[in-house]
Amino acid sequence: MKIEILGTGCAKCTALEENAKVAISKIGGFHQVVKVDDIMKIMEYGVVSTPGLVVDGVVKSTGKLLNPIEIEELLK
Amino acid sequence: MFDWWDKLTALFVYNILGLEQKSAMAEALHFFLYDTIKIWILLITIIFVVSYLRTHFNTEYVRAYLQGKSEFTGNVLAALFGIVTPFCTCSAIPLFLGFIQARIPIGVTFSFLISAPLNNEIAIALLFGIFGWKVTAIYIGFGLLVAILGGYIIGKMKMEKYILMDVKPMEGELEDVQIKLTFKDRVKEAWEYTIDIFKKIYIYVLIGVGIGAFIHGYVPADFIATYTGGDTWYSVPLAVIMGIPMYSNAAGVMPLVEVLTSKGMLLGTALAFMMAVTALSLPEAMILKRILHTKLIALFFTIVGIGIICIGYIFNTIL
Repeated sequence: MKIEILGTGCAKCTALEENAKVAISKIGGFHQVVKVDDIMKIMEYGVVSTPGLVVDGVVKSTGKLLNPIEIEELLK
Repeated sequence: MFDWWDKLTALFVYNILGLEQKSAMAEALHFFLYDTIKIWILLITIIFVVSYLRTHFNTEYVRAYLQGKSEFTGNVLAALFGIVTPFCTCSAIPLFLGFIQARIPIGVTFSFLISAPLNNEIAIALLFGIFGWKVTAIYIGFGLLVAILGGYIIGKMKMEKYILMDVKPMEGELEDVQIKLTFKDRVKEAWEYTIDIFKKIYIYVLIGVGIGAFIHGYVPADFIATYTGGDTWYSVPLAVIMGIPMYSNAAGVMPLVEVLTSKGMLLGTALAFMMAVTALSLPEAMILKRILHTKLIALFFTIVGIGIICIGYIFNTIL
């Protein structure tokens, strides 16, 4: 899976990236976490409230700092 | 609503601690205990209710809804959405650009950008807890008026050229990215958010009420009126200017305002101050500066500032 964290560098975005990494380490396997801070790319996903979480090109969450357990749910 | 708590704290201060009735120390302590707990309970309740409502709205949904609305209708709707949409200053840039991308007029975007922080859950909860529902309703009502008119005026001034980033308007209609949640999920999310906010602000309430309690007990009743001039012409603009750098401390500032009004500060001045605290935030201006020309930001602050000052004067005159 390719997990993208959309955010322009606010504290919540960094925290979401960390939580995503924790979630991935729990489910195992090879997955990629990419931080997207290019505002144009963020808008291509139609997201206007950061941080956003995108899994394989699909927007799963916006404007929320999810905890690792919630992210795990989204990845299943 | 909190009479029982008033009596209980009075009982504690006067009977159990045995402090003398009417002494400054006893009055201050009674006020402190009563007010802190009252505000805490109201904060938790109201933030929970507001954040539950907000799980039904997200900014992406609002954007899809506002797309293609005519200008004045758009301003009104954007201001109303500002009450129920979760908003964080840190996502002001994607919000602004995303709205423009959806061909939402810049004035409508500003209506939202004025209304959302003005009607933030902390300010509403504190206002309700401290001044009651009437003042809260007045605050929200006139806040909406500032947001609608402010955005409308900015929209009429043709400021599009002051957006520093080139956004390609999208073709066609937007599909909103709605994420489905169950009732249980919404309650859980709202509750976690409430606790999160409460942890961040309870200490400011404590400090604010603490200073307030001191003034309540030790400073004479007409102090403000006597020494700073309760109704001099410059008190409203001064209150607005003082409110600008205080955004992050709204939780501590508001309990103080309560005490200041009881010591002679006029309600219009207090209202203008509180609106300036929430609507004119320096951090937001700094963030927007990355995509907007200083001229546009200055215009934004000036129009909202003038609006708030007018409201302050109106209230000082009629109340």
